[in-house]
Amino acid sequence: MATATPTRPTRSSRRSPARPRDAHSFPTRRYDLVKEFVIALVVVGLLTVGLAAAFSSPDEKPITFASWAQAAPEDVVATAAAELAGTSASATYGPPYNSAAEGQKLLGVPLQKWGGVRHPVNSADLVLGPLTASSSGDLRVKAALARWNGASDARRTAWAGAYADALAKAPNGDPAKVAPGDYGPVPTLTNGFLDVARTGGLEGQLTSSGTFYGGDPTRALLLLSDGAYIEDTARAQHLGGDQWGMMNETGAYPGQPWMWLYTFWYQVPPFSTSDNADAQVWGMMMLLTLGLVLLPFIPGLRSIPRWIPVHRLVWRQYYRDYPPGERH
Amino acid sequence: MSRATVAPGTSAGHDTWTRALRERIERTVPPGQALPDRQPVYVASWIYVFGVATLAALFVVVVTGGLLALGGFEWWHVSSLGRFVNSLHLWSVEIFFAAMVIHLWGKFWMAAWRGGRALTWMTGVVAFLASIGTAFTGYLTQTNFDSQWISTQAKDGLNAVGIGAWFNVLNPGQMLLWHVVLLPFAVGLIAVLHIVLVRRHGVVPPIEADGED
Repeated sequence: MATATPTRPTRSSRRSPARPRDAHSFPTRRYDLVKEFVIALVVVGLLTVGLAAAFSSPDEKPITFASWAQAAPEDVVATAAAELAGTSASATYGPPYNSAAEGQKLLGVPLQKWGGVRHPVNSADLVLGPLTASSSGDLRVKAALARWNGASDARRTAWAGAYADALAKAPNGDPAKVAPGDYGPVPTLTNGFLDVARTGGLEGQLTSSGTFYGGDPTRALLLLSDGAYIEDTARAQHLGGDQWGMMNETGAYPGQPWMWLYTFWYQVPPFSTSDNADAQVWGMMMLLTLGLVLLPFIPGLRSIPRWIPVHRLVWRQYYRDYPPGERH
Repeated sequence: MSRATVAPGTSAGHDTWTRALRERIERTVPPGQALPDRQPVYVASWIYVFGVATLAALFVVVVTGGLLALGGFEWWHVSSLGRFVNSLHLWSVEIFFAAMVIHLWGKFWMAAWRGGRALTWMTGVVAFLASIGTAFTGYLTQTNFDSQWISTQAKDGLNAVGIGAWFNVLNPGQMLLWHVVLLPFAVGLIAVLHIVLVRRHGVVPPIEADGED
């Protein structure tokens, strides 16, 4: 908030010929900082209330395991089979969930591995844990669990792998149309898991598991993201990773447009086709961020504002009122 | 605590931490420079408004976030009032970032790091980054489909560089604490430092008028 009435600088504040001229050696004008802040606060407050009243905010209900089982039962069964076979995304992930892989590298440096396995997740337990906890009344599931637990690791992997492959070849992935084969107890276990999901109790069993306050749904979210349903739901709303999904949110809301550059790299080669894309994009963003922080010290980049004179627009009144020959 | 008595008008010496801190503050931002009622004549453009607007929006963000915290982090799903408060929080954040990005671009084209103001620029950029982290953790703690999808997508980037081992985006409890305590504290602290530096150095003079050309 300024009003004119420029004043001359005081003798003590006039520029020294030996030093670059700085703010305190220029003529001044009245400027009410507090009034400016209060007006800004009122304007921002009114704008906030207006936008909130007009557009509200998005709040699409989370996917539950029951809703997943209802909408895509074949996906629940296929995901359970993949967890048992050790072929799901979380089973083969590596740190911080397990040691099944080294994970991504940045310029050959295994940062993911160095992070360590700090949130250990056994993918088979995502299925067997809830089944064991809820199978007391189901003799078929109890027998299937006993058979599974009594088998060797190789046998289990063979059963579950064969069933997962058969599901992938079945029409629409329908478990009822799977070709006959040696799947051991796996079909019983995966169908039993589907039944548990339908009851709506799976979240609690995966999240609480031994504690009263189940506040960490890491395992439940990993299981959910191992299935195709959450991605299909997101893609239907244009939230896929290759649809600038990281910065968007459901509905016609602005989301996080300030993350456009991070999201941008995922849309273009070589990142969009790289198995190491996450580490590469993070590396790129760390480099660019460092460049932005250190911009004042980078020759060339720091001179761009002098070469492209947008500043003439900002200070047009000063340049007009104080031509070069009349500057103090 | 010193028990020595000193006559009025005489110096108490330089041996107290209190006096040392006061003098340090006065050296950093001399009296009158913290809230001056005059500015150099070149401070006459709408672009200057966006720094103050960013600060005002931050204030609204903190207040609306505080109101949202009153009901707990699932309140807004079951209450129309809670939903409105959540909407206030969301839109104040959008305004905050819009103002901050315009402020940042404005300062870039003004080459506002000139005249020993590099640290002012750097703290501004760090405040921007910390704000992105704060907003991001907010999206992770919505306990709706957006937080399910964003967290399961974002985990891969953070895990790929080892950060996910310590900063688990799939754990909304951990993210909520980052969102309402750690990151706002960081943003506030950096913002204060940024403003102190702005007041200490004054507003950067126009290019070609600063004697460096």
